[in-house]
Amino acid sequence: MHASENAPSAAATTGSTASSDTSVPSAPSAAGDRDVIIDIRGLNKWYGQFHVLKDITLQVRRREKVVVCGPSGSGKSTLIRTINRLEEHQEGTITVDGTQLTDDIRHIERIRREVGMVFQQFNLFPHMTILENVVAGPVHVRGMPRGQAEELARAYLSRVGIGEQAAKFPGQLSGGQQQRVAIARALAMQPKVMLFDEPTSALDPEMIKEVLDVMRELAEQGMTMICVTHEMGFAREVADTMIFMDKGQIVEYAPAQEFFTAPREERCRAFLDQILNH
Amino acid sequence: MAVDIPDRLPPATSVGVLGWVRRNLLCPWYNALLSAATAFLIAKAAAPFWNWAVTNATITLDPAVAKRHTGAAWGFIREMWPVFMTGIYPAEERWRPLLALCAVLAVAGLTCVRRLRGAGWLRALWLTTPVLVFACIRGGGITGLPEVGTHYWGGLMLTLLLSVVAMVAAFPVSVLLALGRTSDMPVARPFCVAYIELVRGVPLITILFMASVVLPLFLPSDLDLDKVLRAMAGITMFFSAYLAENIRGGLQGLSRGQYEAADALGMGYWTKMRVVILPQALRIVIPPMVNNFIGILKDTSLVGIVGLVDLLQVAFATTSNPKWFGRLAEAYTFIAFWYWVLCYGLSGCSRYLERRIPSAGK
Repeated sequence: MHASENAPSAAATTGSTASSDTSVPSAPSAAGDRDVIIDIRGLNKWYGQFHVLKDITLQVRRREKVVVCGPSGSGKSTLIRTINRLEEHQEGTITVDGTQLTDDIRHIERIRREVGMVFQQFNLFPHMTILENVVAGPVHVRGMPRGQAEELARAYLSRVGIGEQAAKFPGQLSGGQQQRVAIARALAMQPKVMLFDEPTSALDPEMIKEVLDVMRELAEQGMTMICVTHEMGFAREVADTMIFMDKGQIVEYAPAQEFFTAPREERCRAFLDQILNH
Repeated sequence: MAVDIPDRLPPATSVGVLGWVRRNLLCPWYNALLSAATAFLIAKAAAPFWNWAVTNATITLDPAVAKRHTGAAWGFIREMWPVFMTGIYPAEERWRPLLALCAVLAVAGLTCVRRLRGAGWLRALWLTTPVLVFACIRGGGITGLPEVGTHYWGGLMLTLLLSVVAMVAAFPVSVLLALGRTSDMPVARPFCVAYIELVRGVPLITILFMASVVLPLFLPSDLDLDKVLRAMAGITMFFSAYLAENIRGGLQGLSRGQYEAADALGMGYWTKMRVVILPQALRIVIPPMVNNFIGILKDTSLVGIVGLVDLLQVAFATTSNPKWFGRLAEAYTFIAFWYWVLCYGLSGCSRYLERRIPSAGK
């Protein structure tokens, strides 16, 4: 239907505009072809009078791992939530895998199908079993036959190490287990991009590792990821690109190596100092 | 090494009936005093009723004999039983409402069998039952049964029909109203708000009057809308507004995260509501919803105002019968008993549903 007639041409246009625009200062390199899966240009967002996102321009390539950090209230969560329209933006364009994010609900739903999201508070559906939680997306959104969806769901659940608990309800699982189910639920939609919104911030310390391990494995398998997190150990290990945000702006955008060894911005250095030596 | 201590039963004085009595009624000493005093007061208050309803009562069918007793004349109820149950429904056709009732109870019974739950044919049965019940009670047409028009319907049967139809019809309407009111659709939302506020701001009696007196003025004179049907429509309209507000409470009681998680999976509005939001919201509002249902059941007694003879009106009608003139106490006690049984049954259902449906807390 729509996807088939729109997607290729849209991708091509995005590609060409991206290549003519590589001089945007805060987002160097990367763009230029269909390799760019998320293309954000001149993004501005306000909450009422409050300017939360200021002139964000950012490209994410396929298989790229981006970690976004910054002090609380800097707009990092808001930024990734605009990508799948959990937050509306007022200015600028967002293009995901060739589909431009407009007010058209079909575009929004098409993008949401391709973008998986993991929340700080897990947000599992408490009235469904673990298996039903993971099955819900493929069955009700992708229209997959139930049997096939359950097979897929069991595969993802065992991949995140929850295979045994499929018949339980979310409330019977620990926080770490719930978050792993949430990851499986997002993966079962077979998304092209995964967004992580502080996935370990609501977890007890002993459970953080099990969730990060799953994310690490996912990264190794080549998933495109944007993570908002304070886990700098994880970032150092996994990220290709680091973004430091403050007051709604991208203050530093750098390859992970450079970001951790020689951050250019004073604010970024101070922030890293604080969270690495606490 | 530590040896496991074997499990023992708790001391006999702390469990069972004895334990309960001891804990709740007798300890410490002033509770025992209070218990005794309360028991005395209850006995004092209940004794006259007991004497009237049991000790001095008769069940004779002869009003002259009954007059010689100071207690209740339950013979009145015995004789008028069919009228209380079905009003002036023709005596030789009374098996039809009974059959309909049995059919509904049978389907409900089948639903309680865990193994059959969710079976396709059972759902089909539920969908066809209302039609069959209506056809069976009303007759005429293709059923081959003699037609019994709705003006012959009455008593407990009418009360049950009015309230069940109102509950079943008001539920989907109120879900739509609640969804409309919580949505941001530019036309639907103000419409739903207006409907709810308008209907809620008018007494049920007024709506019933309007449905039976004012509405026919606007309709073509040859279109004779059934009186019972109009009452059903009025009650449904009224309670859908109340129910909608309760359901809205449930919708707003869910965390934003649930909506966002469904959105993030790419679910459309109706899928999101059907699969994620409503199952949780409705679970939360079972208690207030059943509260509403109980309200519907009791408020159907207002249809007497527009000339329908429900359970309460039967009480008035039968006590004006010269044979049993003025046996109001018996009639009121009897119908109060029925209302109580039905309402308590509803609240029992509510407790059962709450236990059975997994909730967020579990």
